[in-house]
Amino acid sequence: MNEFVLIFRRDYITKETQPSPQELQDSLKLWQDWLGGIAAQDKLAKPLQRWDGEGKIVKSNKSVINGPYAEIKEAIGGLIMIKAADYDEAVSIANGCPILELGGNVEIRMAVTGA
Amino acid sequence: MEESQLLPNLFRTEYRKIVSVLCYLFGIENIEIAEDITSDTFLAATELWSVKGIPENPTAWLYTVAKNKTKNYLKRDTLFEQKIAVEVKHNANKSEEIEIDLSNKNIFDSQLAMIFTVCDPINSAEAQIALALNILCGFGIQEIADGFLTNKEVIYKRINRAKEKLKEANVKIEQPSNSEINNRLENVLTTLYLLFSEGYYSTSQNTILRKDVCAEAMRLTFLLIENPSTNLPPVNALLSLMCFHSSRFDARTNSDGETVLYQNQDETLWNQELIEKGTYFLGKASTGNTLTKYHLEAGIAYWHTQKEDSAQKWENILQLYNQLLILEYSPIAALNRTFALAKTNGKQTAIIEAEKLQLTDNHFYYSLLGNLYTDIDNKKALEHFEKALQLASSVSDKNIIKQNIGILKI
Repeated sequence: MNEFVLIFRRDYITKETQPSPQELQDSLKLWQDWLGGIAAQDKLAKPLQRWDGEGKIVKSNKSVINGPYAEIKEAIGGLIMIKAADYDEAVSIANGCPILELGGNVEIRMAVTGA
Repeated sequence: MEESQLLPNLFRTEYRKIVSVLCYLFGIENIEIAEDITSDTFLAATELWSVKGIPENPTAWLYTVAKNKTKNYLKRDTLFEQKIAVEVKHNANKSEEIEIDLSNKNIFDSQLAMIFTVCDPINSAEAQIALALNILCGFGIQEIADGFLTNKEVIYKRINRAKEKLKEANVKIEQPSNSEINNRLENVLTTLYLLFSEGYYSTSQNTILRKDVCAEAMRLTFLLIENPSTNLPPVNALLSLMCFHSSRFDARTNSDGETVLYQNQDETLWNQELIEKGTYFLGKASTGNTLTKYHLEAGIAYWHTQKEDSAQKWENILQLYNQLLILEYSPIAALNRTFALAKTNGKQTAIIEAEKLQLTDNHFYYSLLGNLYTDIDNKKALEHFEKALQLASSVSDKNIIKQNIGILKI
């Protein structure tokens, strides 16, 4: 088993593509069922962590901007750590992620262990 | 009360109190002395009461005899007098005479301190439970052996080893300080939860004994609730869970001692009083901002007290199982979660999720798949039930699987 981080990103800025309140409400159950399904396979590598929705960005000129980011359209919605045999399995788990239904994407990175 | 029943009943309720008070006074290193004095007291009662009849106040008689025996012991045993009694006297505010305080308050304090000692994680869970049954609940070695489906020798050794470990580590018998409670309470609750499960899920055929074990686990949990500093939300959640589960005790086995599955239970046999108590303690548990697995399991058990199937019921159960699994994985929670998923999202979705679990050494896994495939693909359902039958070991599990196979073949 390897550990993978799944990072959920979507555009939280563009007005026209924002989900309706009903869609957001419905996606709540999708998230709960998806996460519950991963946990039921004992494939959560770390306890879930909620993250503040706003955040800050430090830019190369050391200036700090507050989120949500007008300049960077896609922001992190959250991330989880999972256990999977390989990238194929991690991808198939990520395939069920509800962020995909809201036009977002999932970035997958395997943890590197050892030297 | 029948005279023949009086002494065994007193033994069950008073032995643990006297032992706790004496242990609290003497310290863990002298636990055997505390046990000997208490046993001697009951021996004296057995001998004397059969000749002279039962005294007017049997409990007070036991306490007086226990006090006298302790004093005599202290006088007689010079070693004890020199080494231990000095320390005990020191602790007892340097009074001349050692006071053996069998007031309600000190009995309560002693039992509370003993719970924390017995549930010390220095011993394995199995050993903690055996020790709890013996010292905190007053069960005899034979009864504990029956509950664990093993022999006296094994339990005897297990309990003695557990005592030795507590002595070696010099575990103090004392009131946990407020700062310690948070750290130590979790272990105590785990043991009480396992103690209850031992009674509730044991495959022992002795129903009365199993009920007694559950009642004892509830009594000890209630003791924590009666003490203000341990009357915390997780403790209330645990007691709530125990109340909801025990409310179905009479409905879950039939007159032949066979298990009756939840959906086939006669709900008029569910104990409404316990359901109300469970709801009360769940209310008490719903304060503060810690969500423990006891809260979630109590919530799941609450929804199971609503016999009627509704979309709301199963959606709540599913979400509670989702949260429970995210908090702490267990195979049985994973299987139950998938069962709830079938009720909310349909069998097809649940089959896909079930097959991901791959709990291929667990007969409940194949029973679940058998259930999900029933009416969808009966041939597959049968294959799964047959696999479950191969893996199941207890007679009552095998019977349930055979019933399911029977339904398929009609």
